[in-house]
Amino acid sequence: MFRLSENPIDAATLTRELAQAGAGACATFEGWVRDHNEGRAVLRLGYQAYAPLAKTEGERILEEARKKFAIMDVRCAHRVGTLDIGDLAVWVGVSAAHRADAFDACRYVIDEVKRRVPIWKNEHYADGESGWLHPDNTPVE
Amino acid sequence: MNYRVLYFASLRDRAGIDAEQVESRAGDARGLYTELRARHGFALGEDRLRVAINGAFAGWEQALRDGDEVVFIPPVSGG
Repeated sequence: MFRLSENPIDAATLTRELAQAGAGACATFEGWVRDHNEGRAVLRLGYQAYAPLAKTEGERILEEARKKFAIMDVRCAHRVGTLDIGDLAVWVGVSAAHRADAFDACRYVIDEVKRRVPIWKNEHYADGESGWLHPDNTPVE
Repeated sequence: MNYRVLYFASLRDRAGIDAEQVESRAGDARGLYTELRARHGFALGEDRLRVAINGAFAGWEQALRDGDEVVFIPPVSGG
């Protein structure tokens, strides 16, 4: 399940939803809003998404993870809208029988989401400017 | 033909709108983007963008049909 959310992500609830009797491992990743990027002070972030395609592409990534790794469940939630420093921007969770596949699948999902899903991060800087970023966190022009 | 074009990120800022109906003779996304780039002064070239037609990634040369929703996807930066 790939979810876009206008509201705060409840990581504890999402983690519990991964539970299964055969799962011996759970790996989660949380992406937080940090107060700096490329040497500039950041006040807050705005995320835009092309929602229909973001959901389709997000689900495709989760399906790929299920095929590539021996996992039991995998979920991802991504915020849209305005976020403050410290807010949870993206969450990935994986349950599996063993830890190696849980770690690997979790890493795969966050890397592919950052690379492929049509979501855009706009950083608002302390100097009053703002700018859209590339996947590697460098500015778009 | 008439297309619905949605804008995101730097394209939205430059165009100053989220979306517009576009009357155009362009038969594919490449022709349509060339037109809209000239109209709005977009900085990003085609080599930096992907295209989505009706909610799915598509090729620049895929034939457009009347009423299609076309989105030019700037470099993404989720996460």
